[in-house]
Amino acid sequence: MAEHGNGESGAVVTAGEGESNGYAIDNPGLPPHRPRLADVDEKAAKRSERQVATLFLLSIIGTVIFFVGYFAVARMDQFDDYFEGMTALRVQNTLLGVGSALAMLGIGLGVVHWARTLMPDHEIVEDRKPLRKEADRAEAEQIVTDVIDETQIKRRPLLRNTLIAAALLAPLPAVVLFRDLDTSEDFGVERLRHSLWAEGVRLVRDPTGTPIRAADITIGSAMHVIPENLREISGHGERLSEKAKSVVLLMRMNPDDFNEQIPGREDWTHEGIIACSKVCTHVGCPVALYERHTHHLLCPCHQSTFDAAENFKVVFGPAGRPLPQLPITVDNEGFLIARSDFTEPIGPTYWERGQTDPEGDFPA
Amino acid sequence: MSASQEKYAEAQYLEAEQYQAKTRSGKIANYVDQRVGGTGMVREFGKKIFPDHWTFMFGEVALYSFIIVVVSGAFLTFWFDPSMSTTRYSGSYAPLQGLEMSMAYATALELSFDVRGGLFMRQLHHWGALLFVLAMAVHMLRVFFTGAFRKPRELNWVVGASLLLLGMGAGFTGYSLPDEVLSGNGLRIIDGMIKALPVVGTYISFFLFGGEFPGNEVIPRLYSLHIFIIPAMILILIAVHLFMVVVHKHTQYPGPGRTERNVVGYPIGPVYAAKAGGFFFIVLGILCLISGTFQINALWNYGPYDPSPVQAGAQPDWYIGPFEGVLRLMPGYLGPIPLEFNIPTPWGGNSVAFPVLAPMIPVAVLFLGLFIWPWLEAWITGDKKEHHLLDRPRNAPTRTAVGAAVMTNYFIMWGMGSNDLIATHFQLSLNDITYWSRVLFFVGPVIAYILTKRICLALQRKDREVALHGHEAGVIEVSPDGGFHERHKLPSEYELWTLVSYEAPEPSEPRTNAKGKVSRTEKFRTWLNKIWFEDRVEPVSREEYLEALEHSGDHEDGAPKSLEAASSGGELGSGRH
Repeated sequence: MAEHGNGESGAVVTAGEGESNGYAIDNPGLPPHRPRLADVDEKAAKRSERQVATLFLLSIIGTVIFFVGYFAVARMDQFDDYFEGMTALRVQNTLLGVGSALAMLGIGLGVVHWARTLMPDHEIVEDRKPLRKEADRAEAEQIVTDVIDETQIKRRPLLRNTLIAAALLAPLPAVVLFRDLDTSEDFGVERLRHSLWAEGVRLVRDPTGTPIRAADITIGSAMHVIPENLREISGHGERLSEKAKSVVLLMRMNPDDFNEQIPGREDWTHEGIIACSKVCTHVGCPVALYERHTHHLLCPCHQSTFDAAENFKVVFGPAGRPLPQLPITVDNEGFLIARSDFTEPIGPTYWERGQTDPEGDFPA
Repeated sequence: MSASQEKYAEAQYLEAEQYQAKTRSGKIANYVDQRVGGTGMVREFGKKIFPDHWTFMFGEVALYSFIIVVVSGAFLTFWFDPSMSTTRYSGSYAPLQGLEMSMAYATALELSFDVRGGLFMRQLHHWGALLFVLAMAVHMLRVFFTGAFRKPRELNWVVGASLLLLGMGAGFTGYSLPDEVLSGNGLRIIDGMIKALPVVGTYISFFLFGGEFPGNEVIPRLYSLHIFIIPAMILILIAVHLFMVVVHKHTQYPGPGRTERNVVGYPIGPVYAAKAGGFFFIVLGILCLISGTFQINALWNYGPYDPSPVQAGAQPDWYIGPFEGVLRLMPGYLGPIPLEFNIPTPWGGNSVAFPVLAPMIPVAVLFLGLFIWPWLEAWITGDKKEHHLLDRPRNAPTRTAVGAAVMTNYFIMWGMGSNDLIATHFQLSLNDITYWSRVLFFVGPVIAYILTKRICLALQRKDREVALHGHEAGVIEVSPDGGFHERHKLPSEYELWTLVSYEAPEPSEPRTNAKGKVSRTEKFRTWLNKIWFEDRVEPVSREEYLEALEHSGDHEDGAPKSLEAASSGGELGSGRH
């Protein structure tokens, strides 16, 4: 503990264990210990004991509540009405939560209260030790030097160099082993260019699969569309992968609302009915929201906004490219069909997107 | 070998055989000790000192929530089947009955509705994971702002930063497992970001998904990452982290009796162990309470994954928020100019999705900065000393300001991750929020830096003021000649020590290299060093302090207070100035 010097000497404090370090005063050392109520008053200590025991009892009650929740509430499958089942589940979940919370908090708070009021609270000073002793360091260094010498690796560079070469090559098989992570048969980026859409493929509603008669679509309406041949794909994952490339958003606008069309796209719409890829060109979320008054399409993930009246150009947000348009027309029966596949890869941009298509479908 | 290693004498050998413990626990301990030698550990750790401060418990919270997440997660694995093979749902939740879905989603629903306590454990697992990452982040902020990452703890800081990254990885891989619409769209975003990576992106996406998105493979792969690879790495790094804490001994806040060469605190046994052990139950209890009363990830509302539907207002888990936000922040076009472009090549051209790549830059800088910060700061300040006493954040104004700037940047990105909800809840224009955030993304950190630095310096001046003239007592005195002055209460020597014992170095001069020249890097370092240290508040010097004491003792009642009384505090010293 600190000793107080006398005022006249000019020394403010003479510290027992402090160090000067050029600060205004010397380190005064630990403040004197102040006993807690429970240290000096047995009654207070008794009271703490009772409080801790009460908390432990609370914990026991919590465990009981948990068991009540687990066994007394019927499981969901025992209800005919699923709303009642959901209510029971909610009650059970709450009882389990509150019960186990009480059980745990009772123990936790009890033990902490015990430690704070009854266990010794004297602060103790312990010296740090240097992380390493100089003698140890020297000894260790000698050992390392000896070991390296004994291997003779410095004297025999042939051994060292061939070992390095071997060690560099040896992990490669482990990398190559992962090649078959891609389990598909047609490895390569070309598959990203093509979807199920092709000339004559009918547009059908998602998810019912009913074909769409052009005459049935009112101006201002929009619908989610998939290609009719999607149902022919077998395998859940394969179907989802194809669907992920060929989902389409279809809307009918007043033909007067269209602004200038890109040359060559004049016959891509049918009486104001226009279709585009539903996959955002940003990172691929479904562009699911259509606002009929502004004819804007909005992606709810990152708010890229596209204008259907102007070739789906980007009017806001992070997308860097318009949505690809699907050329459509009607067949003899008046049902909407595609004129071709998309004329560019849909969805998020990938490195090889701009490359010339070897099959010659898309000019670069 | 050193002399401390004693020879195992015959006598000792026999002695060990003869020892008979008196109590039952002593007998058990003796049995174990004779076989694995635990006495040494008890001697080492039983009374090991840990400094106590409420900010030291965030790391504990992280550790405890990790344990809780591991245990609750192990429970979930008994029912969850991470398979993408399809089934027709026939469980208790009527609205989804008859729907085709993956086994992963079906078993996640089974866990929620048909396993008693399954929903509770799912929610405990999810809330625990959120708390795990949160506690790590707050712990890291504490370590940063108090300078606990400085020598010799730099490597442990890196281990901690790795743990934070792994924690987020564990969270995201788990988030994606139930295979419903919400997490499916999250995976789709990840797929889009991976595809944007130049050269390798497309193939990484194919390898991750086993072909085209979403395919049949990704859920089991994420599962193996989620329940085995990432947790194993976290476990190993936690062991390394704690081992290093023991090696270094814990840091402590500056204060009376504390020095760079000691540790002041409570012994592990019994106080610290009881508090820490009790605290585990408190963390678990709070998580149980939240899991029992607050619903999280109601995955039955979303339906099985399908590439077509999406929810408006979907939010990722909190720690993914900034990365989601910065994606939303980035414009795709600058006016009419698209930021996405093609590099012309003989084979047609390669596409660069700059609007997706650009947001990765601040994220990469953030994490790179996190990892190299201890060395960066030491290089700028030229500080090569060991530090076991923490900095009060105000006493390292530039570091605190840099931290505040980075946090501001982070929170702007984070807020942008919810820009749609901010727009709908506060009736604001989504576009305006986005435009303003783009400005704030750059301007906000600058304002935060300047403000924080000024606040730190002001607090330091306040400390000086208190050290020299005492606290304002709020008592106005009238002197016999009619003058008014406020009484000041001088701080105790213990408080005073905390106020005056800090370093505020001046900017350093450039150092010359072996050739006697100042290198270009050294010039740059000196420039940074000047920025770092030029605004400084000098700690109270001994002379200043003595002079101030003299002054306060020079009281008009003619009875100078003794220096002793003034410095040991407690009483009201009346200082006039």
